[in-house]
Amino acid sequence: MKRGRLVSWIIMALSAIYFFVPLACTFEFSLRLKRGTYSFAAYENVFNDYRFQESFLYSTTLSVATIIFGTLLVVPTAYWVQLKLPRIRPLVEFLTLMPLVIPAIILVFGYIRIYNSSSLLPMTSASWSTDTLLACSYITLALPYMYRAIDTGLQSIDVKTLTEAAESLGARWPSILFGVILPNLRVAIVSSAFLTFATVIGEFTIASLLDRPAFGPYLQLIGANRAYEPSALAVITFLVTWGCMGVIQLLGRGRKGGVAPTAY
Amino acid sequence: MAFLEIAELQKTFGGNRVVQDFNLAVEKGEFISFLGPSGCGKTTTLRMVAGFEQPDSGRISIGGKDVTALRANQRKIGMVFQSYALFPNMTVAENIAYGLKIAKRPRAEIKGRVEEMLALIKLPKLGDRYPSQLSGGQQQRVALARALSVNPEVLLLDEPLSALDAKIRIALREEIRAVQRKLGITTIYVTHDQEEALSISDRIVVMSDGRMEQVGTPFEIYNHPRTRFVASFVGTLSILRGEVLDAASGRVAIDGQEVFAARGLGHLETGRVQSFALRPEAVMLGAAVNGRNGLRGTIEQVSFLGSIIRIRVALRDNAVLLDALNNPGTPPPEFGSEVAVSFSRDDLLALEGESA
Repeated sequence: MKRGRLVSWIIMALSAIYFFVPLACTFEFSLRLKRGTYSFAAYENVFNDYRFQESFLYSTTLSVATIIFGTLLVVPTAYWVQLKLPRIRPLVEFLTLMPLVIPAIILVFGYIRIYNSSSLLPMTSASWSTDTLLACSYITLALPYMYRAIDTGLQSIDVKTLTEAAESLGARWPSILFGVILPNLRVAIVSSAFLTFATVIGEFTIASLLDRPAFGPYLQLIGANRAYEPSALAVITFLVTWGCMGVIQLLGRGRKGGVAPTAY
Repeated sequence: MAFLEIAELQKTFGGNRVVQDFNLAVEKGEFISFLGPSGCGKTTTLRMVAGFEQPDSGRISIGGKDVTALRANQRKIGMVFQSYALFPNMTVAENIAYGLKIAKRPRAEIKGRVEEMLALIKLPKLGDRYPSQLSGGQQQRVALARALSVNPEVLLLDEPLSALDAKIRIALREEIRAVQRKLGITTIYVTHDQEEALSISDRIVVMSDGRMEQVGTPFEIYNHPRTRFVASFVGTLSILRGEVLDAASGRVAIDGQEVFAARGLGHLETGRVQSFALRPEAVMLGAAVNGRNGLRGTIEQVSFLGSIIRIRVALRDNAVLLDALNNPGTPPPEFGSEVAVSFSRDDLLALEGESA
């Protein structure tokens, strides 16, 4: 074996140890609920806990809503910016990056101040309106990932020429956007959807301060009160995230006609 | 009234005039090429006809109807792009059917039309393939079929063969012309390739710096270029500077050697220094006979181009290019040897507005 190759393998092995040993230890610890034997009892406890089921379902529902409305917001925006307003692209990119710069706690205090029950738009006064507010805040949080994934997808196809080709065949804007552009962004949208899902499912700060029964606050609650279940939950969360990434990889191969984005 | 009329078209981008005073009348079924170098305004003009760009002023009418203010999807045009622009998520058949579906044609009609188009482009069995599974030439044929499927009134092609290799380009341009003749569709074809324009067009519009330099048949454009730009852009030629000795008889002195130009000197004053164009294929090696013009010079360069040998003969200040057919039995003349060349009086063309 050549020396360079050996060094590569050593680096690879060290990286694998760095990433997998803590995870393996967490997994091993999560199996130790019963004294003297390995078991999945901690996992059973987690899955049998109605709060796990409810909070996971709640956060999944909010993720789906975030993905649908976020996509409906981001795709036309990114398409229009690329097609008609390329000069404002740096500004839009800057705005979509803001959620990475501004901490979620600032965002949620802003929401509470503007939408509290004594304000002109009292969105925190009812459950459904607080859920709506939470979904909107998740769209904001997911913007950096959604916009980049979709923008990369748009850049991988010749949006302008495809639009003109469809227009020359008699198509109008809705037909072009939903019949020509959107199907070619399938992989980009799936990527953005799973990145959004991964962001929303574990989000704690906003859900907690808006007092919503989301998965993030549940994770925190279990972590503070139990020993083995938090480890089981950490492993479950890892598996869900890996599952999402695996699906992205699978769909990223695309069908023969599809166009995969070069990043995300 | 012509079928497609373009009148006084002007277009400016950021203070830069890219199309100016463009006027053209195209008859139904005519094949017109816009020929010119990059940035001459040919594609912008085509895009204004297509409706992708709005002119600053001027008028475009198709079939007697003013379409200047109409959007591209209301103009009944078919467009073929350099990059094919096939929809990657759709099969070949779905691409061809797209415009018909948008027009809400009955399913049976769409199916029949798609089959007809696939037969027209000689790809009857590739309807189920995706664009990424086709070669460049096949993709461009599908793009042509897609553009024609909706029965457009005008077909516009924007450098459709530029991305293809030389052999496929030649085959496909002949196919495009054959399809155009078969359907009798009015066509505008944008290209920077003079050979392409000369080989398939009914008429050519030569453009430079946003202006029309000359409009004419390929024969006229090649044999009777009006300006130095047209002469130099279309084909190879020698530009010679000569002094007008007698405009009435066409007598001219080129580097002190007297020759005659058969046309175009009537309005020029004696003593004026004028530019003339001379095609290399019009020049022969050997002394002048039968009233032909003759010049003497020195062989400065011999380039072997396969079927022809291009020879550059230096005069005093000017140089004449000549194309000799490659004859394996006769070796080309040697570099530095003194030779006589001859050409017909008709072939010495005075260029418009070109006092040298």
